[in-house]
Amino acid sequence: MTNNDTYNYKVVRQFAIMTIVWGIVGMLVGVVIAAQLAWPALNFDVPWLTFGRLRPLHTNAVIFAFGGCALFACSYYVVQHTCHARLAFPALAAFTFWGWQLVIVLAAITLPLGITTSKEYAELEWPIDILITLVWVSYALVFFATIIKRKIPHIYVANWFFGAFIVTVAILHLFNSAALPVSFLKSYSAYAGVQDAMVQWWYGHNAVGFFLTAGFLGIMYYFVPKQAGRPVYSYRLSVVHFWALVFTYIWAGPHHLHYTALPDWAQSLGMIMSLILLAPSWGGMINGIMTLSGAWHKLRTDPVLRLLIVSISFYGMSTFEGPMMSIKTVNALSHYTDWTIGHVHSGALGWVALVSMGAMYYLIPRLFGRELYSLKLVEVHFWTATIGIVLYIASMWVAGIMQGLMWRAVNADGTLTYSFVESVQAMHPYYIVRTLGGAFFLLGALVMAYNLWRTIADAKPVEVEIPEPASAH
Amino acid sequence: MSLTFFQSIWTIVVMVTFLGIVVWAFSSKRKAAFDEAARLPFDEDPKTDNNKTASE
Repeated sequence: MTNNDTYNYKVVRQFAIMTIVWGIVGMLVGVVIAAQLAWPALNFDVPWLTFGRLRPLHTNAVIFAFGGCALFACSYYVVQHTCHARLAFPALAAFTFWGWQLVIVLAAITLPLGITTSKEYAELEWPIDILITLVWVSYALVFFATIIKRKIPHIYVANWFFGAFIVTVAILHLFNSAALPVSFLKSYSAYAGVQDAMVQWWYGHNAVGFFLTAGFLGIMYYFVPKQAGRPVYSYRLSVVHFWALVFTYIWAGPHHLHYTALPDWAQSLGMIMSLILLAPSWGGMINGIMTLSGAWHKLRTDPVLRLLIVSISFYGMSTFEGPMMSIKTVNALSHYTDWTIGHVHSGALGWVALVSMGAMYYLIPRLFGRELYSLKLVEVHFWTATIGIVLYIASMWVAGIMQGLMWRAVNADGTLTYSFVESVQAMHPYYIVRTLGGAFFLLGALVMAYNLWRTIADAKPVEVEIPEPASAH
Repeated sequence: MSLTFFQSIWTIVVMVTFLGIVVWAFSSKRKAAFDEAARLPFDEDPKTDNNKTASE
Protein backbone atom coordinates (compact mmCIF):
# COMPACT_ATOMS: atom_id res chain seq x y z
CA MET A 1 0.00 0.00 0.00
CA THR A 2 1.59 3.26 -1.11
CA ASN A 3 1.26 5.98 1.42
CA ASN A 4 3.40 8.73 0.02
CA ASP A 5 0.52 9.36 -2.36
CA THR A 6 -1.40 12.59 -1.71
CA TYR A 7 -5.01 13.61 -2.08
CA ASN A 8 -5.96 15.63 -5.16
CA TYR A 9 -6.76 18.95 -3.49
CA LYS A 10 -6.24 21.10 -6.56
CA VAL A 11 -9.61 20.44 -8.16
CA VAL A 12 -11.32 20.67 -4.75
CA ARG A 13 -9.69 24.09 -4.18
CA GLN A 14 -10.79 25.30 -7.62
CA PHE A 15 -14.39 24.27 -7.08
CA ALA A 16 -14.41 25.60 -3.50
CA ILE A 17 -13.26 29.05 -4.55
CA MET A 18 -15.70 29.20 -7.44
CA THR A 19 -18.48 28.20 -5.01
CA ILE A 20 -17.89 31.48 -3.20
CA VAL A 21 -17.56 33.52 -6.41
CA TRP A 22 -20.69 32.13 -8.10
CA GLY A 23 -22.60 32.28 -4.82
CA ILE A 24 -22.09 36.03 -4.65
CA VAL A 25 -22.88 36.53 -8.36
CA GLY A 26 -26.06 34.43 -8.18
CA MET A 27 -27.29 36.05 -4.97
CA LEU A 28 -26.56 39.52 -6.34
CA VAL A 29 -28.70 38.82 -9.42
CA GLY A 30 -31.37 37.54 -7.01
CA VAL A 31 -31.35 40.80 -5.06
CA VAL A 32 -31.51 42.78 -8.33
CA ILE A 33 -34.59 40.94 -9.60
CA ALA A 34 -36.22 41.12 -6.16
CA ALA A 35 -35.71 44.89 -6.32
CA GLN A 36 -37.16 44.95 -9.85
CA LEU A 37 -40.36 43.37 -8.56
CA ALA A 38 -40.61 46.12 -5.94
CA TRP A 39 -39.48 48.92 -8.28
CA PRO A 40 -40.05 47.83 -11.91
CA ALA A 41 -38.18 50.85 -13.31
CA LEU A 42 -34.95 49.11 -12.26
CA ASN A 43 -34.85 47.14 -15.50
CA PHE A 44 -33.95 50.51 -17.14
CA ASP A 45 -35.93 49.44 -20.23
CA VAL A 46 -32.97 47.31 -21.32
CA PRO A 47 -34.17 43.93 -22.68
CA TRP A 48 -31.17 42.06 -21.22
CA LEU A 49 -31.96 43.34 -17.75
CA THR A 50 -35.65 42.45 -17.66
CA PHE A 51 -36.98 40.11 -14.99
CA GLY A 52 -37.90 37.38 -17.47
CA ARG A 53 -34.29 37.05 -18.60
CA LEU A 54 -32.49 37.66 -15.32
CA ARG A 55 -34.66 35.29 -13.30
CA PRO A 56 -33.39 32.12 -15.08
CA LEU A 57 -29.89 33.58 -14.78
CA HIS A 58 -30.42 33.85 -11.01
CA THR A 59 -31.80 30.31 -10.62
CA ASN A 60 -29.12 28.76 -12.83
CA ALA A 61 -26.37 30.68 -11.05
CA VAL A 62 -27.41 29.77 -7.53
CA ILE A 63 -28.44 26.16 -8.22
CA PHE A 64 -25.93 24.98 -10.80
CA ALA A 65 -23.04 27.40 -10.40
CA PHE A 66 -23.01 27.97 -6.61
CA GLY A 67 -24.69 24.70 -5.54
CA GLY A 68 -23.02 22.70 -8.30
CA CYS A 69 -19.51 23.89 -7.46
CA ALA A 70 -20.15 23.20 -3.76
CA LEU A 71 -21.27 19.66 -4.62
CA PHE A 72 -18.27 19.01 -6.86
CA ALA A 73 -15.86 20.36 -4.22
CA CYS A 74 -17.40 18.47 -1.31
CA SER A 75 -17.96 15.18 -3.15
CA TYR A 76 -14.37 15.15 -4.48
CA TYR A 77 -13.03 15.90 -0.99
CA VAL A 78 -15.26 13.43 0.84
CA VAL A 79 -14.84 10.54 -1.60
CA GLN A 80 -11.05 10.80 -1.32
CA HIS A 81 -11.02 11.08 2.46
CA THR A 82 -13.50 8.27 3.12
CA CYS A 83 -11.93 5.93 0.54
CA HIS A 84 -8.31 6.77 1.41
CA ALA A 85 -7.67 7.03 -2.31
CA ARG A 86 -6.48 9.77 -4.64
CA LEU A 87 -9.10 10.98 -7.11
CA ALA A 88 -9.18 8.80 -10.22
CA PHE A 89 -8.55 10.22 -13.72
CA PRO A 90 -6.95 13.59 -12.79
CA ALA A 91 -7.26 14.96 -16.35
CA LEU A 92 -10.96 14.13 -16.42
CA ALA A 93 -11.40 15.73 -12.99
CA ALA A 94 -9.75 18.90 -14.34
CA PHE A 95 -12.10 18.72 -17.33
CA THR A 96 -15.13 18.61 -15.00
CA PHE A 97 -13.92 21.88 -13.45
CA TRP A 98 -13.19 23.78 -16.67
CA GLY A 99 -16.16 22.25 -18.49
CA TRP A 100 -18.55 23.22 -15.69
CA GLN A 101 -17.19 26.77 -15.60
CA LEU A 102 -17.71 27.00 -19.37
CA VAL A 103 -21.33 25.84 -18.94
CA ILE A 104 -21.84 28.59 -16.36
CA VAL A 105 -20.29 31.29 -18.56
CA LEU A 106 -22.38 30.17 -21.55
CA ALA A 107 -25.50 30.31 -19.36
CA ALA A 108 -24.58 33.82 -18.26
CA ILE A 109 -24.30 34.88 -21.92
CA THR A 110 -27.28 33.08 -23.48
CA LEU A 111 -29.94 33.63 -20.82
CA PRO A 112 -29.81 37.47 -20.82
CA LEU A 113 -29.87 37.31 -24.64
CA GLY A 114 -33.17 35.50 -24.34
CA ILE A 115 -31.87 32.19 -25.73
CA THR A 116 -33.86 29.63 -23.76
CA THR A 117 -35.80 26.37 -24.06
CA SER A 118 -38.26 27.94 -21.58
CA LYS A 119 -38.19 24.77 -19.46
CA GLU A 120 -37.76 25.86 -15.85
CA TYR A 121 -34.32 24.95 -14.40
CA ALA A 122 -33.48 23.43 -17.83
CA GLU A 123 -33.45 26.65 -19.87
CA LEU A 124 -30.09 26.10 -21.54
CA GLU A 125 -30.20 25.32 -25.26
CA TRP A 126 -29.10 22.03 -26.78
CA PRO A 127 -25.39 22.71 -27.49
CA ILE A 128 -24.90 23.61 -23.81
CA ASP A 129 -26.96 20.56 -22.80
CA ILE A 130 -24.50 18.36 -24.70
CA LEU A 131 -21.57 19.98 -22.89
CA ILE A 132 -23.34 19.38 -19.56
CA THR A 133 -23.76 15.72 -20.48
CA LEU A 134 -20.04 15.38 -21.26
CA VAL A 135 -19.06 17.03 -17.98
CA TRP A 136 -21.53 14.94 -16.02
CA VAL A 137 -20.41 11.61 -17.50
CA SER A 138 -16.82 12.59 -16.68
CA TYR A 139 -17.91 13.45 -13.13
CA ALA A 140 -19.53 10.01 -12.76
CA LEU A 141 -16.40 8.29 -14.10
CA VAL A 142 -14.10 10.18 -11.72
CA PHE A 143 -16.36 9.65 -8.70
CA PHE A 144 -17.16 5.97 -9.17
CA ALA A 145 -13.63 5.03 -10.27
CA THR A 146 -12.38 6.59 -7.02
CA ILE A 147 -14.90 4.46 -5.11
CA ILE A 148 -13.66 1.37 -6.95
CA LYS A 149 -10.01 2.01 -6.01
CA ARG A 150 -10.85 2.64 -2.33
CA LYS A 151 -8.62 1.22 0.41
CA ILE A 152 -11.51 1.04 2.91
CA PRO A 153 -13.90 -1.88 2.44
CA HIS A 154 -17.04 0.04 3.46
CA ILE A 155 -18.53 2.80 1.28
CA TYR A 156 -19.39 5.61 3.69
CA VAL A 157 -23.01 6.81 3.59
CA ALA A 158 -22.11 10.29 2.27
CA ASN A 159 -20.78 8.62 -0.88
CA TRP A 160 -24.06 6.77 -1.36
CA PHE A 161 -25.88 10.08 -1.39
CA PHE A 162 -23.34 11.67 -3.75
CA GLY A 163 -23.55 8.59 -6.01
CA ALA A 164 -27.36 8.69 -6.15
CA PHE A 165 -27.22 12.41 -6.91
CA ILE A 166 -24.76 11.91 -9.79
CA VAL A 167 -26.62 8.98 -11.38
CA THR A 168 -30.11 10.46 -11.03
CA VAL A 169 -29.16 13.92 -12.31
CA ALA A 170 -27.61 12.24 -15.39
CA ILE A 171 -30.86 10.42 -16.14
CA LEU A 172 -33.05 13.47 -15.46
CA HIS A 173 -30.93 15.69 -17.67
CA LEU A 174 -30.86 13.22 -20.57
CA PHE A 175 -34.61 12.59 -20.62
CA ASN A 176 -35.83 16.11 -19.94
CA SER A 177 -33.43 17.77 -22.38
CA ALA A 178 -34.29 15.43 -25.26
CA ALA A 179 -35.10 17.88 -28.03
CA LEU A 180 -35.16 18.41 -31.78
CA PRO A 181 -32.73 21.18 -32.80
CA VAL A 182 -34.00 23.41 -35.59
CA SER A 183 -30.99 25.72 -35.57
CA PHE A 184 -27.80 26.17 -33.59
CA LEU A 185 -29.58 28.09 -30.84
CA LYS A 186 -33.15 26.82 -31.03
CA SER A 187 -34.69 23.44 -30.30
CA TYR A 188 -38.11 22.00 -29.52
CA SER A 189 -38.79 19.50 -26.77
CA ALA A 190 -39.15 15.86 -27.80
CA TYR A 191 -42.40 15.77 -25.83
CA ALA A 192 -45.63 17.65 -26.37
CA GLY A 193 -48.51 18.92 -24.26
CA VAL A 194 -49.18 17.33 -20.90
CA GLN A 195 -46.45 14.70 -21.43
CA ASP A 196 -43.96 17.52 -21.79
CA ALA A 197 -45.27 19.08 -18.58
CA MET A 198 -45.04 15.76 -16.71
CA VAL A 199 -41.47 15.06 -17.93
CA GLN A 200 -40.52 18.65 -17.06
CA TRP A 201 -41.77 18.35 -13.47
CA TRP A 202 -40.47 14.83 -13.05
CA TYR A 203 -37.15 16.52 -13.86
CA GLY A 204 -37.92 19.70 -11.92
CA HIS A 205 -38.89 18.06 -8.67
CA ASN A 206 -36.06 15.56 -8.78
CA ALA A 207 -33.63 18.39 -9.45
CA VAL A 208 -34.81 19.49 -6.01
CA GLY A 209 -34.76 15.91 -4.69
CA PHE A 210 -31.41 14.79 -5.98
CA PHE A 211 -29.41 17.89 -6.91
CA LEU A 212 -30.54 20.06 -3.98
CA THR A 213 -31.28 17.31 -1.44
CA ALA A 214 -29.41 14.03 -1.90
CA GLY A 215 -26.15 15.79 -2.83
CA PHE A 216 -26.35 18.16 0.12
CA LEU A 217 -27.30 15.32 2.47
CA GLY A 218 -23.99 13.78 1.40
CA ILE A 219 -22.37 17.02 2.57
CA MET A 220 -24.32 16.84 5.84
CA TYR A 221 -23.33 13.23 6.57
CA TYR A 222 -19.63 14.07 6.34
CA PHE A 223 -19.20 17.67 7.46
CA VAL A 224 -21.61 17.71 10.42
CA PRO A 225 -19.92 14.73 12.14
CA LYS A 226 -16.48 16.19 11.34
CA GLN A 227 -17.29 19.67 12.63
CA ALA A 228 -19.03 18.24 15.71
CA GLY A 229 -16.15 15.81 16.28
CA ARG A 230 -18.45 12.85 16.76
CA PRO A 231 -19.94 10.14 14.54
CA VAL A 232 -23.41 10.49 13.05
CA TYR A 233 -26.27 9.84 15.53
CA SER A 234 -27.43 6.58 13.91
CA TYR A 235 -25.64 5.00 11.02
CA ARG A 236 -28.48 2.48 10.65
CA LEU A 237 -30.98 5.30 10.30
CA SER A 238 -28.75 6.81 7.61
CA VAL A 239 -28.98 3.57 5.60
CA VAL A 240 -32.78 3.49 5.86
CA HIS A 241 -32.85 7.25 5.19
CA PHE A 242 -30.96 6.75 1.94
CA TRP A 243 -33.15 3.99 0.52
CA ALA A 244 -36.42 5.58 1.65
CA LEU A 245 -35.43 8.87 0.05
CA VAL A 246 -34.41 7.41 -3.30
CA PHE A 247 -37.46 5.12 -3.47
CA THR A 248 -39.87 7.98 -2.77
CA TYR A 249 -38.57 11.23 -4.27
CA ILE A 250 -38.85 10.15 -7.89
CA TRP A 251 -42.68 9.98 -7.63
CA ALA A 252 -43.39 13.40 -6.17
CA GLY A 253 -43.18 15.52 -9.36
CA PRO A 254 -46.92 15.62 -10.25
CA HIS A 255 -47.64 17.92 -7.28
CA HIS A 256 -46.34 20.73 -9.52
CA LEU A 257 -49.26 20.06 -11.87
CA HIS A 258 -52.29 20.02 -9.55
CA TYR A 259 -55.53 21.11 -11.25
CA THR A 260 -53.97 21.01 -14.72
CA ALA A 261 -54.58 18.74 -17.73
CA LEU A 262 -52.55 16.01 -15.96
CA PRO A 263 -54.88 13.04 -15.17
CA ASP A 264 -56.39 13.30 -11.72
CA TRP A 265 -54.97 9.95 -10.57
CA ALA A 266 -51.45 11.13 -11.40
CA GLN A 267 -52.02 14.29 -9.36
CA SER A 268 -53.26 12.25 -6.39
CA LEU A 269 -50.31 9.85 -6.69
CA GLY A 270 -47.92 12.79 -6.66
CA MET A 271 -49.63 14.17 -3.56
CA ILE A 272 -49.52 10.83 -1.69
CA MET A 273 -45.85 10.25 -2.51
CA SER A 274 -45.05 13.82 -1.44
CA LEU A 275 -46.74 13.20 1.91
CA ILE A 276 -44.83 9.93 2.39
CA LEU A 277 -41.65 11.87 1.66
CA LEU A 278 -42.02 13.61 5.01
CA ALA A 279 -40.83 10.42 6.76
CA PRO A 280 -37.40 10.01 5.11
CA SER A 281 -36.86 13.79 5.13
CA TRP A 282 -37.44 14.07 8.85
CA GLY A 283 -35.51 10.86 9.50
CA GLY A 284 -32.51 12.51 7.89
CA MET A 285 -33.05 15.79 9.70
CA ILE A 286 -33.27 14.06 13.08
CA ASN A 287 -30.16 12.04 12.28
CA GLY A 288 -28.22 15.19 11.42
CA ILE A 289 -29.32 17.26 14.40
CA MET A 290 -29.08 14.42 16.95
CA THR A 291 -25.44 13.96 15.96
CA LEU A 292 -24.95 16.74 18.51
CA SER A 293 -26.75 14.71 21.20
CA GLY A 294 -24.64 15.03 24.35
CA ALA A 295 -22.56 17.84 22.86
CA TRP A 296 -25.09 20.63 22.49
CA HIS A 297 -22.73 23.00 24.30
CA LYS A 298 -20.59 23.08 21.15
CA LEU A 299 -23.29 25.21 19.51
CA ARG A 300 -22.45 28.03 21.93
CA THR A 301 -18.80 28.18 21.00
CA ASP A 302 -18.67 27.03 17.39
CA PRO A 303 -20.50 29.30 14.91
CA VAL A 304 -19.62 27.01 11.96
CA LEU A 305 -21.38 24.12 13.67
CA ARG A 306 -24.31 26.42 14.42
CA LEU A 307 -24.55 27.32 10.72
CA LEU A 308 -24.66 23.62 9.84
CA ILE A 309 -27.25 22.73 12.47
CA VAL A 310 -29.50 25.67 11.58
CA SER A 311 -29.29 24.56 7.94
CA ILE A 312 -30.61 21.14 8.95
CA SER A 313 -33.40 22.85 10.91
CA PHE A 314 -34.41 24.75 7.77
CA TYR A 315 -34.27 21.45 5.88
CA GLY A 316 -36.75 20.02 8.38
CA MET A 317 -38.95 23.09 8.11
CA SER A 318 -39.11 23.20 4.32
CA THR A 319 -39.60 19.42 4.03
CA PHE A 320 -42.59 19.76 6.34
CA GLU A 321 -43.95 22.71 4.38
CA GLY A 322 -43.46 20.95 1.02
CA PRO A 323 -45.66 17.90 1.70
CA MET A 324 -48.26 20.21 3.25
CA MET A 325 -48.33 22.37 0.11
CA SER A 326 -48.62 19.26 -2.06
CA ILE A 327 -52.06 18.50 -0.56
CA LYS A 328 -54.45 19.43 -3.34
CA THR A 329 -56.74 21.64 -1.25
CA VAL A 330 -53.77 23.55 0.20
CA ASN A 331 -52.23 23.76 -3.26
CA ALA A 332 -55.45 25.31 -4.58
CA LEU A 333 -54.59 28.29 -2.38
CA SER A 334 -50.79 28.27 -2.60
CA HIS A 335 -50.07 27.44 -6.24
CA TYR A 336 -48.90 30.28 -8.51
CA THR A 337 -48.50 32.55 -5.46
CA ASP A 338 -45.41 33.86 -3.70
CA TRP A 339 -45.89 31.24 -0.99
CA THR A 340 -44.12 28.85 -3.38
CA ILE A 341 -41.24 31.33 -3.73
CA GLY A 342 -41.02 31.56 0.07
CA HIS A 343 -41.01 27.76 0.38
CA VAL A 344 -38.28 27.38 -2.23
CA HIS A 345 -36.11 29.98 -0.49
CA SER A 346 -36.51 28.46 2.96
CA GLY A 347 -35.00 25.37 1.35
CA ALA A 348 -32.53 27.17 -0.90
CA LEU A 349 -31.21 29.83 1.49
CA GLY A 350 -31.86 28.02 4.77
CA TRP A 351 -30.77 24.53 3.81
CA VAL A 352 -28.71 24.41 0.61
CA ALA A 353 -26.83 27.69 0.97
CA LEU A 354 -26.16 27.45 4.72
CA VAL A 355 -24.99 23.84 4.62
CA SER A 356 -22.69 24.70 1.68
CA MET A 357 -21.32 27.73 3.49
CA GLY A 358 -20.74 25.66 6.63
CA ALA A 359 -18.90 23.08 4.54
CA MET A 360 -16.78 25.85 2.92
CA TYR A 361 -15.79 27.18 6.36
CA TYR A 362 -14.60 23.67 7.16
CA LEU A 363 -13.01 22.95 3.80
CA ILE A 364 -11.21 26.07 2.61
CA PRO A 365 -8.91 26.55 5.63
CA ARG A 366 -7.93 22.86 5.43
CA LEU A 367 -7.23 23.04 1.68
CA PHE A 368 -4.72 25.80 2.37
CA GLY A 369 -3.38 24.53 5.70
CA ARG A 370 -4.69 27.53 7.65
CA GLU A 371 -6.95 28.30 10.58
CA LEU A 372 -10.08 30.27 9.81
CA TYR A 373 -9.26 34.02 9.95
CA SER A 374 -12.12 35.05 12.25
CA LEU A 375 -14.81 33.14 14.14
CA LYS A 376 -16.31 36.50 15.08
CA LEU A 377 -17.05 37.17 11.40
CA VAL A 378 -18.66 33.72 11.06
CA GLU A 379 -20.88 34.81 13.92
CA VAL A 380 -21.74 38.02 12.03
CA HIS A 381 -22.42 35.98 8.89
CA PHE A 382 -24.63 33.56 10.81
CA TRP A 383 -26.87 36.29 12.21
CA THR A 384 -27.02 38.37 9.02
CA ALA A 385 -27.97 35.30 6.99
CA THR A 386 -30.55 34.10 9.52
CA ILE A 387 -32.24 37.51 9.73
CA GLY A 388 -32.22 37.66 5.92
CA ILE A 389 -33.90 34.26 5.58
CA VAL A 390 -36.56 35.07 8.17
CA LEU A 391 -37.40 38.40 6.47
CA TYR A 392 -37.54 36.66 3.11
CA ILE A 393 -39.75 33.70 3.99
CA ALA A 394 -42.05 35.55 6.39
CA SER A 395 -42.80 38.27 3.82
CA MET A 396 -43.45 35.66 1.14
CA TRP A 397 -45.81 33.68 3.41
CA VAL A 398 -47.91 36.75 4.02
CA ALA A 399 -47.72 37.84 0.38
CA GLY A 400 -48.54 34.38 -0.97
CA ILE A 401 -51.50 33.67 1.28
CA MET A 402 -52.85 37.16 0.63
CA GLN A 403 -52.51 36.66 -3.14
CA GLY A 404 -54.25 33.28 -2.97
CA LEU A 405 -57.12 34.70 -0.94
CA MET A 406 -57.52 37.76 -3.17
CA TRP A 407 -57.56 35.68 -6.35
CA ARG A 408 -60.24 33.32 -5.09
CA ALA A 409 -62.50 35.97 -3.47
CA VAL A 410 -65.85 36.28 -5.25
CA ASN A 411 -68.79 38.62 -4.77
CA ALA A 412 -72.33 37.40 -4.11
CA ASP A 413 -73.10 37.66 -7.84
CA GLY A 414 -70.13 35.42 -8.72
CA THR A 415 -67.83 38.13 -10.07
CA LEU A 416 -64.25 38.43 -8.82
CA THR A 417 -63.81 40.77 -5.86
CA TYR A 418 -60.35 41.92 -6.90
CA SER A 419 -58.78 42.56 -10.27
CA PHE A 420 -55.37 40.96 -10.77
CA VAL A 421 -53.59 44.28 -10.66
CA GLU A 422 -55.06 45.00 -7.20
CA SER A 423 -53.33 41.86 -5.92
CA VAL A 424 -50.09 43.02 -7.55
CA GLN A 425 -50.39 46.39 -5.84
CA ALA A 426 -51.02 44.70 -2.48
CA MET A 427 -47.68 42.88 -2.82
CA HIS A 428 -45.58 46.04 -2.88
CA PRO A 429 -44.59 46.27 0.83
CA TYR A 430 -43.82 42.54 0.99
CA TYR A 431 -41.64 42.74 -2.10
CA ILE A 432 -39.63 45.49 -0.40
CA VAL A 433 -39.20 43.36 2.74
CA ARG A 434 -38.16 40.41 0.57
CA THR A 435 -35.55 42.54 -1.20
CA LEU A 436 -34.23 43.59 2.19
CA GLY A 437 -34.07 39.93 3.32
CA GLY A 438 -32.18 38.95 0.18
CA ALA A 439 -29.80 41.87 0.65
CA PHE A 440 -29.09 40.74 4.22
CA PHE A 441 -28.33 37.24 2.98
CA LEU A 442 -26.00 38.62 0.30
CA LEU A 443 -24.28 40.79 2.89
CA GLY A 444 -23.64 37.66 4.98
CA ALA A 445 -22.12 35.96 1.95
CA LEU A 446 -19.83 38.95 1.39
CA VAL A 447 -18.69 38.75 5.02
CA MET A 448 -17.93 35.07 4.45
CA ALA A 449 -15.99 35.84 1.27
CA TYR A 450 -13.90 38.46 3.11
CA ASN A 451 -13.27 36.07 5.99
CA LEU A 452 -12.19 33.23 3.70
CA TRP A 453 -10.09 35.56 1.56
CA ARG A 454 -8.21 36.74 4.66
CA THR A 455 -7.81 33.08 5.64
CA ILE A 456 -6.05 32.09 2.43
CA ALA A 457 -4.64 35.41 1.16
CA ASP A 458 -0.99 34.61 1.89
CA ALA A 459 -1.37 30.84 2.19
CA LYS A 460 0.11 28.26 -0.12
CA PRO A 461 -1.91 25.27 -1.34
CA VAL A 462 -1.15 22.19 0.77
CA GLU A 463 -0.58 18.58 -0.17
CA VAL A 464 -1.94 16.05 2.29
CA GLU A 465 -0.70 12.47 2.38
CA ILE A 466 -3.18 9.65 2.25
CA PRO A 467 -3.02 7.85 5.61
CA GLU A 468 -2.80 4.10 6.20
CA PRO A 469 -6.20 2.55 6.75
CA ALA A 470 -6.79 2.45 10.50
CA SER A 471 -5.93 -0.73 12.36
CA ALA A 472 -9.61 -1.53 12.86
CA HIS A 473 -9.90 -2.57 9.23
CA MET B 1 -51.66 -11.30 -17.46
CA SER B 2 -52.35 -7.60 -17.68
CA LEU B 3 -49.91 -4.76 -17.26
CA THR B 4 -51.72 -3.79 -14.05
CA PHE B 5 -50.92 -7.23 -12.64
CA PHE B 6 -47.18 -6.74 -13.16
CA GLN B 7 -47.37 -3.21 -11.82
CA SER B 8 -49.05 -4.52 -8.66
CA ILE B 9 -46.43 -7.25 -8.26
CA TRP B 10 -43.67 -4.66 -8.75
CA THR B 11 -45.16 -2.42 -6.04
CA ILE B 12 -45.10 -5.36 -3.63
CA VAL B 13 -41.55 -6.34 -4.64
CA VAL B 14 -40.28 -2.81 -4.00
CA MET B 15 -42.15 -2.61 -0.68
CA VAL B 16 -40.76 -5.95 0.51
CA THR B 17 -37.26 -4.94 -0.61
CA PHE B 18 -37.52 -1.76 1.43
CA LEU B 19 -38.79 -3.60 4.52
CA GLY B 20 -35.92 -6.06 4.02
CA ILE B 21 -33.47 -3.16 4.05
CA VAL B 22 -35.02 -1.84 7.29
CA VAL B 23 -34.79 -5.24 8.99
CA TRP B 24 -31.22 -5.71 7.74
CA ALA B 25 -30.14 -2.24 8.87
CA PHE B 26 -31.55 -2.66 12.35
CA SER B 27 -30.57 -6.31 12.92
CA SER B 28 -28.33 -6.71 15.96
CA LYS B 29 -25.78 -8.64 13.89
CA ARG B 30 -25.01 -5.51 11.88
CA LYS B 31 -24.57 -3.20 14.87
CA ALA B 32 -20.81 -3.54 15.27
CA ALA B 33 -20.14 -3.12 11.56
CA PHE B 34 -22.32 0.00 11.36
CA ASP B 35 -20.76 1.51 14.48
CA GLU B 36 -17.40 1.07 12.83
CA ALA B 37 -18.67 2.55 9.56
CA ALA B 38 -19.94 5.60 11.44
CA ARG B 39 -16.39 6.26 12.70
CA LEU B 40 -15.00 6.11 9.15
CA PRO B 41 -14.63 9.89 8.69
CA PHE B 42 -12.39 9.95 11.79
CA ASP B 43 -10.07 7.25 10.46
CA GLU B 44 -7.40 9.73 9.56
CA ASP B 45 -4.13 11.16 10.68
CA PRO B 46 -4.29 11.33 14.51
CA LYS B 47 -3.01 14.91 14.30
CA THR B 48 -6.20 16.11 12.65
CA ASP B 49 -9.38 14.68 14.08
CA ASN B 50 -8.83 11.60 16.20
CA ASN B 51 -7.78 13.66 19.20
CA LYS B 52 -11.21 15.32 19.13
CA THR B 53 -13.11 12.05 19.05
CA ALA B 54 -10.93 10.47 21.69
CA SER B 55 -12.71 12.53 24.32
CA GLU B 56 -16.18 11.25 23.41
